[in-house]
Amino acid sequence: MAKTKKNSVSRRGFLKRTAAGAAAVLAVKPGNALAQPQAEPQRPAAPPASARQVALETSTPPPRPDIYTTDRPGADFMVDVLKSLNFDYIFANPGSSFRGLQESFINYGKNTKPEWITCCHEESSVAMAHGYFKIEGKPILCMAHGTVGLQHASMALYNAYADRVPVYLILGNEQEIAFRRSDVEWTHSVQDAAAMVRDYTKWDDSPISLGHFAESGVRAYKVMMTPPMGPVVICANGGLQEEPMPEEDRHTLRIPKLVVPSPPAGDANAVVEAAKILVAAENPVIVAGRVARTPNGIKLLVELAETIQAGVLDRKFRMNFPSRHPLFNTAAAPADHARTVAAADVVLGLEVPDFWNTTHSQTPINRMGMTSRPTTKAGAKLITITAGDLFSRSNYQDFGRYAEVDLAIAADAEATLPALIEACKRLMTPDRKRVAEERGKKLADEHKRTRDRDFDLAAIGWDASPITTARLSAELYNVIRKEDWSFVSDTTFISWWPLRLWDFDKHYQFIGGHGAYGIGYGAPAAVGAALANKKYGRITVNIQCDGDLNYAPGVLWTAAHHKIPLLSVMHNNRGYHQERMFLQDMASRAGRGIENTHVGVALDDPNINYAMLAKAYGMYSSGPIENPKDLGPALKEALAVVKKGEPALVDVVTQAR
Amino acid sequence: MKTIAFVTIILAGVAALAQQAAPVNNVDNGKRLYTRDGCWECHGWAGQGGRDGARLADTALTTAQLTRYVRKPTGAMPAYIDKVITDQELADIWAYLKSMPAPKAAKDIPLLNELKGQ
Repeated sequence: MAKTKKNSVSRRGFLKRTAAGAAAVLAVKPGNALAQPQAEPQRPAAPPASARQVALETSTPPPRPDIYTTDRPGADFMVDVLKSLNFDYIFANPGSSFRGLQESFINYGKNTKPEWITCCHEESSVAMAHGYFKIEGKPILCMAHGTVGLQHASMALYNAYADRVPVYLILGNEQEIAFRRSDVEWTHSVQDAAAMVRDYTKWDDSPISLGHFAESGVRAYKVMMTPPMGPVVICANGGLQEEPMPEEDRHTLRIPKLVVPSPPAGDANAVVEAAKILVAAENPVIVAGRVARTPNGIKLLVELAETIQAGVLDRKFRMNFPSRHPLFNTAAAPADHARTVAAADVVLGLEVPDFWNTTHSQTPINRMGMTSRPTTKAGAKLITITAGDLFSRSNYQDFGRYAEVDLAIAADAEATLPALIEACKRLMTPDRKRVAEERGKKLADEHKRTRDRDFDLAAIGWDASPITTARLSAELYNVIRKEDWSFVSDTTFISWWPLRLWDFDKHYQFIGGHGAYGIGYGAPAAVGAALANKKYGRITVNIQCDGDLNYAPGVLWTAAHHKIPLLSVMHNNRGYHQERMFLQDMASRAGRGIENTHVGVALDDPNINYAMLAKAYGMYSSGPIENPKDLGPALKEALAVVKKGEPALVDVVTQAR
Repeated sequence: MKTIAFVTIILAGVAALAQQAAPVNNVDNGKRLYTRDGCWECHGWAGQGGRDGARLADTALTTAQLTRYVRKPTGAMPAYIDKVITDQELADIWAYLKSMPAPKAAKDIPLLNELKGQ
């Protein structure tokens, strides 16, 4: 029913029932004149039982003044707050503890900005948000039960935290015991919901009023988006959601203004010092971690590398640097990385989460004991620029080993690059330019040699079955390379082939991996990333590990239901091969045979048919494909489906790596 | 004649025994072991190598070099003692690797050529 222009009409058009002695339910819009709120009865701190109370407790209670409806549940105001933060979507698996908010979003909020996306698992919700952010640079609003939902979501939150990705998570919870109507609501209630994930979120709060919700809701967004970014949690109390907005609040509630702080840039003197070291170097190397937060980060990194003609060793956490740039000094194998670092006299780490590992080697897993040594040459200077120095938690150890460096700039690297580039340009004398140009030519030759070698290696086993991951990557690139494509999966388990064979130069073409290697991230992150790409008409492709998909395959239904165009190509190697290799390591260390290392890690007998799985969720699929000659045509057919705006999956039986 | 025939038979038997005592490398057994012992996990079914294992196809290693490496690898590969894989078994695996058809060159694969040249 339409509202009247003035006041007094419920937005749902229900008649209000009032009774003497009950709180008046005034059907007015916020901002209109309201009746004075009722005064709270005065009560002594420890009142003795009065005759009236005794009578009330011992006599038949009078008929209860039932109030069935309200025109303004608290959840509506919560929606106002959350809408002010400009979320595009809500990713959630439904839960009764946030039913009030869900109803307000879909009716009062008209299910737009944000639009509700149905998820089949809370881990999927958060991982989808993780993938979405890395494409769009905008956070997603997720919702979950404060108890069982958060328990499901927690691994994905840890991945996002370790990957410096903001996720805004609302937890439903009933704090007031009198409002818990059943054992379900008791088991779904928790004293301190966010405690479970406090070690790997940036901030949380449990507001006890709507005003408190507004302030904490806006603050959470600000905290989340300030580098180093990370997930935040706000608990939405059931009573606040479902009960009428208090009369007194209708006058006074406001939503605080949001201002996201500018990212912290490095100290000017420290930046100049870094520039001096870099310009004076004979062979500087830039190690790129999560440096390019935005597309501009790529441009800045290219400008810095070209200014000083330094090779860029990309750790593949983000799309940091064009893969065919002559200064892209990134061979596939970590052993090659160690050689690159060993040859450098200056190593500049930009948002590298494990810088110590980049500059040290340890006893490998095939030997007893543990020793470590620097891989850098004696006297090499180490510089870090990272917002990681501005924020740490203690319990989870994602911060890595303490790195002894010569200069540590606690700042966001992308925000610091403009000043660093300018400082380097000012210091580049003709002599240093000449040295840099000579170095640049050598790096370009090395880049070409690495690329030639990668293509030679890709040819080996070209016609093999199971299909090599190199061929899979080449065939996939062949069908998408003339499209506006976005590759949204990790490459760790496919020997990094796409990064070795494809031409990456746009920010959305690569988004890195899990963050904390929590498996189960891949499929939902790909769906979230594909949703972000949808409005741009990009072709989103995902090389999907089989073990990963089996954690929560319901995300395929989410993609089908919401018509999210995504081409998933199964890396169906029929096992948890990383763990299988670890079992081989352990068996060999124990001097035992390795015939049993398939136990507990193989995904065969029966083989899983992912094409059938995808079909069951309503998605186009083909395969399993075992003959490499069938792969190209199958990918083309699947691409045609994706170009129509729907998801498709091609099941490919692949080699282990 | 009987004596000659008997000696011939004895000599033939000795020769057969000698063959058993020093068998030639067995490609089929090498293939079986390549599967059983999980070489393919890191090195690939075609010996193509990958993230975790070196290329073995068209290897330049000799049997002795392969054996030495497997016993005391310089990288992170698990070290396999004789009790787990014997020298003979490693020789068989080497023979299997050497029996693999030579891999195609990238320049002979049109798709790779096209991707590389674009």
